[in-house]
Amino acid sequence: MLHTLTRVVTFIILAFSVYLFFAGHNNPGGGFIGGLMTASALLLMYLGFDMKSMKKALPFNYTSMIAVGLLIAIATGVSSMLFGYPFLTQFFEYYQIPILGETELTTALPFDLGVYLVVVAIALTIILTIAEDDA
Amino acid sequence: MTVLHWATISPFLLAILIPFLYKYARPIHTGWFVLVLPLGLFIYFIRYLPITSGGGVVEYTVPWVPSLGINFTVYVDGLSLLFALLISGIGTLVVLYSIYYLSKKTEKLNNFYVYLLMFMGAMFGVVLSDNLIVLYVFWELTSLASALLISYWFHREKSTYGAQKSMLITVFGGLSMLGGFSLLYVMTGTFSIREIIASVDLVTTSSLFLPAMLLILLGAFTKSAQFPFHIWLPDAMEAPTPVSAYLHSATMVKAGIYLVARLTPVFGGSAEWFWILSIFGIVTLFWGSISAVRQKDLKSILAFSTVSQLGLIMSLLGLGSASLYYGFGSETGEYFTLAILAAVFHLINHATFKGSLFMTAGIIDHETGTRDIRKLGGLMTIMPITFTISLIGLASMAGLPPFNGFLSKEMFFTGVLRATELSIFNMETWGLLFPVIAWIASVFTFVYCMIMFFRTFTGKFKPENYDVHVHEAPIGMLISPIILGSLVVVFGLFPNLLAYTLIEPAMAAILPNLLAEGQFFYVDIYHWHGFNAELFMTIGVVLVGTIIFLSMKKWSKTAIYLKERDPLNLFYDNSLSGLISGSQFVTRIQMTGLLRDYFVYMCVFMILLFGYTMYRYDAFAIDTVNVTGIDPFMWILSIVFIAATLVIPFLNNRMTSVIVVGVIGFLLALFFVVFRAPDLALTQLLVETVTVVLLMLAFYHLPELRKEKFKPSFNIVNLIISVAVGLFVTVIAFSASALGNEAGFESIAEYFIQNSKELAGGYNMVNVILVDFRGLDTLLEVLVLGIAALGVVAMIKLRMTGREDV
Repeated sequence: MLHTLTRVVTFIILAFSVYLFFAGHNNPGGGFIGGLMTASALLLMYLGFDMKSMKKALPFNYTSMIAVGLLIAIATGVSSMLFGYPFLTQFFEYYQIPILGETELTTALPFDLGVYLVVVAIALTIILTIAEDDA
Repeated sequence: MTVLHWATISPFLLAILIPFLYKYARPIHTGWFVLVLPLGLFIYFIRYLPITSGGGVVEYTVPWVPSLGINFTVYVDGLSLLFALLISGIGTLVVLYSIYYLSKKTEKLNNFYVYLLMFMGAMFGVVLSDNLIVLYVFWELTSLASALLISYWFHREKSTYGAQKSMLITVFGGLSMLGGFSLLYVMTGTFSIREIIASVDLVTTSSLFLPAMLLILLGAFTKSAQFPFHIWLPDAMEAPTPVSAYLHSATMVKAGIYLVARLTPVFGGSAEWFWILSIFGIVTLFWGSISAVRQKDLKSILAFSTVSQLGLIMSLLGLGSASLYYGFGSETGEYFTLAILAAVFHLINHATFKGSLFMTAGIIDHETGTRDIRKLGGLMTIMPITFTISLIGLASMAGLPPFNGFLSKEMFFTGVLRATELSIFNMETWGLLFPVIAWIASVFTFVYCMIMFFRTFTGKFKPENYDVHVHEAPIGMLISPIILGSLVVVFGLFPNLLAYTLIEPAMAAILPNLLAEGQFFYVDIYHWHGFNAELFMTIGVVLVGTIIFLSMKKWSKTAIYLKERDPLNLFYDNSLSGLISGSQFVTRIQMTGLLRDYFVYMCVFMILLFGYTMYRYDAFAIDTVNVTGIDPFMWILSIVFIAATLVIPFLNNRMTSVIVVGVIGFLLALFFVVFRAPDLALTQLLVETVTVVLLMLAFYHLPELRKEKFKPSFNIVNLIISVAVGLFVTVIAFSASALGNEAGFESIAEYFIQNSKELAGGYNMVNVILVDFRGLDTLLEVLVLGIAALGVVAMIKLRMTGREDV
């Protein structure tokens, strides 16, 4: 019962966190909140299932995920330098994309993605290290 | 980004690829991939020669933090081109040499080449950057890369010791240099070296002139191993020999020389600059040459020899700066430009002969297994090529004709002799010391060159001294020293090859204000200049040096000679251990392990700081004009909030405490909702949720909550502190609002309301601020978070059980 419920709820929360992440630019949300939401969804799963099966289901190394997130954020900042703009200059433009209609594409998104990854990774790193500790 | 920018950072880009090349192209020595880059850069930079020798400069700018005047401006003139050619040219040879020196089977080549490329890129950044802050960033990168290279064989204790020492000393200097740069910015309002030189009057008339100069010189002196900061250089010899040849003879240690030369137009012409540079330079020259004589290790001799030669160049730059005192167009002024000419020429010569000598020392080490001159001997017939190259290099270093070292040494003598003729800065009285010290130092230079030569190559070959079969090095290892050795001869025989291609443009870059439009410095280097004082000084050096060397048996028993380690190390070691015990002492007092103590420190400090600042600027202003009424539900919320906070200290049950803290957190989220900040409310709610999980996990491990008994005085002090903090925050809020209204400040929110859609294309202001307007803040915040997470991991996973060997 608990497992079934966890699965369903986790999916809802994860979907919501993805929504939050993308909505961030114009509505409440963004990388930080989305990341926290994802982290809490994953934590729910960790609470619902045991550590061993979770490791199999989510074989991520959260410590290196921190580095990946940071690198994505920095790379976004550096990329603007390659075109002769100052570090961390963000750009945005509107495009017509099939199905989605007029969509705004912005370089803030990959930057936010970096933030998102770092937040998910640190929340899980801290909590899992404490949880796994049995001394 | 221009080609020049890409060239500057290309070593970093290649460094990213190195681990992959190492992993997936295992059969090929990784060095071959690296070799292409410096070679290509050397050819690329050669193409700038016609531009700079015609007096032209090249400059490109990419904005970095334009609002602070920090731009990645690459700038090529005679001086930076000279250094760029040295870095890429010697770099090519060193990489070629390292391919044969470091075995691809046993060594971690990926680490080595990543560090080496990082260093190379940082060096290019230092010499090509026109912006002081960018220069500083690259400058510290060279320190970092060099420390990594020194500790390349990190399992050796001496390597890590040397790396730490070089890092501590050079980074300390670098930080003080940053202070000097900031002062320059305060004076001129720009970080661009060219603009600072253009507005040099602002600097010379400022009261900050001297502090800025001293701070910057500290950076240059630590980097260029000037006395008494030279002690790191001999310990840096623990690095692999290609590294020593590259970093500690040709490039990194010359960064300080570069900086001094680069800033000569800013500070030169003042008595302090003149005296500090020439005195520290000549003392370093003297001390280095004396210390080199005492060494028994080939690389140590070379290390101290480098120290002394760097002192020589530094003192020449100091003496030459006198020409700026006389100013443009005067004949006396141009007279002293000869010292600058000698400095530039010796810089090139030193790179060639010292580079080749380091490489031959490495060959001897590699093929015999030892660098100890007490064991070596009789290698002349066994290693004929190494012997020839060493002979050329040593003769050049000792200042014998017809090699290039002789020419620059003669010019050095001319420089110090002329120093006695200066009628400024009290030189009439103290000036005579310069030629005397210089001459004595040259005698010792001659002596250690003799020691190196005779102890290594002559005498009887004793095979029992070596663990390995001694033979000549493979040809690949010999190519680089052969090229450098040939350059020694070529520059010696045809010194004017470089006169107007490299030396004159570099001089023009060091002394830009001394020439009118279209004028040139007159550069003519020649061997025979008559029977003059310089020649007799050289003859004296050879004679006295030979006598000293022949009587070595007698004086080699003295206490000074036997003391191999520089006595100044004692000071370094003592201060380091003092630093450690001092910080342990402070830590013992401060880190009680009780959270409430830390809170007391923070709060008291905050009150004092704010209180003083507000008092100092008379900023207490409480104004109730703009205060609006409070809705009834806000009253209720606030009362619950305050009640929940007050309850906490009186709770004995941990579970209840957690719940009450949770209540406070959720109430805070409610406050955010009331004040229309859904983003913050959402974040707060999520943080609360995650915290609850964290507490649940940690709950099991927490010790029983005990009721502690305190003295009433203790409680009263804490009460006063906490009430004061609350009061202060309230007062600050009121005052900020009142003073802001008074001054007519518009709320910063207005700016974001107007521009967040306009400039960043988002309707959510909070998010736009986070990712666009204050992107750097966010970036650094997540960095801090990441570090905190790693801290947690380190604290829990690497917890000590009490038996470890720390």
